[in-house]
Amino acid sequence: MAARPLASVSVGDVVGPVTVPVGRDTLVAYAEASLDGNPIHQDEDFARSVGLPDVIAHGMWTMGASGSVVADWAGDPGRVVEFGTRFTKPVVVPVGGAEVVVEGVVTAVDEGTGRVTVDVTTTSAGQKVLGRCVAVVRLD
Amino acid sequence: MPVNPDLVGRTYPQSGPYPVDAATVAAFAAAVGATDPVHTDAEAARAAGYADVVAPPTLAVRYAQASEAAYVQDPEAGIDFSRVVHGEERFVHHRPMVAGDEVVGTVTVDAVRQAGGHSMVTTRTELATAGGEALSTVTSLLVVRGGED
Repeated sequence: MAARPLASVSVGDVVGPVTVPVGRDTLVAYAEASLDGNPIHQDEDFARSVGLPDVIAHGMWTMGASGSVVADWAGDPGRVVEFGTRFTKPVVVPVGGAEVVVEGVVTAVDEGTGRVTVDVTTTSAGQKVLGRCVAVVRLD
Repeated sequence: MPVNPDLVGRTYPQSGPYPVDAATVAAFAAAVGATDPVHTDAEAARAAGYADVVAPPTLAVRYAQASEAAYVQDPEAGIDFSRVVHGEERFVHHRPMVAGDEVVGTVTVDAVRQAGGHSMVTTRTELATAGGEALSTVTSLLVVRGGED
């Protein structure tokens, strides 16, 4: 893919929405790739023992999946120069799996620097799971 | 035990190097649903101007958390990791990370504050190549839940 041209981007442009499935196998794969082996993301008995309703996704998985949607929109993952979020609610992943829905809106375009700000909203089961999730992509 | 506020401002010795390999980039990309071929196909990555396959924007957390361990596991820090919840994460990328990079990380304790019976710990990890080229600044907020015991 080629990077999206800066001239084609305007404030108010919409990113997504993209629905991303997440299963227990996704979390095992994420744990192995990230080296985050916390059992709350693997073991439902353990998760319940610490007061969670079920296994929950790594917050960083949710952030990563949201980043993939922004990177696809930018057309080049190396264009994502800043990315930050708060983790406000867990994504509960029952045995049958779950989904997150990722969407974004362009809130600022700096023609001089090529920096494009995207506010990202990620929901699961109808609830926002990330807070103040903002990416900056640099386009030409 | 509360988190030790006296460590604010402390910078821990550099950790690593952690080699970024193509298999890790591909596995991480698959896990977060990143399907761009620049994550898995070195030819596609080179065609896009990269030296090798490109890390997804959040792969830096793997190396940042490895570096943060120097602080989080420091007995002086007073952090009970079983009570830690991830509150916030932020990346500023100075250049894209690619396979072949040898990553070193340096963690600094930026803030420790108390709120609602919990400790809020902010760390800042500077990731660079072993050769000294800046890669990413990774800021993380950990919430260490206060004990009822």
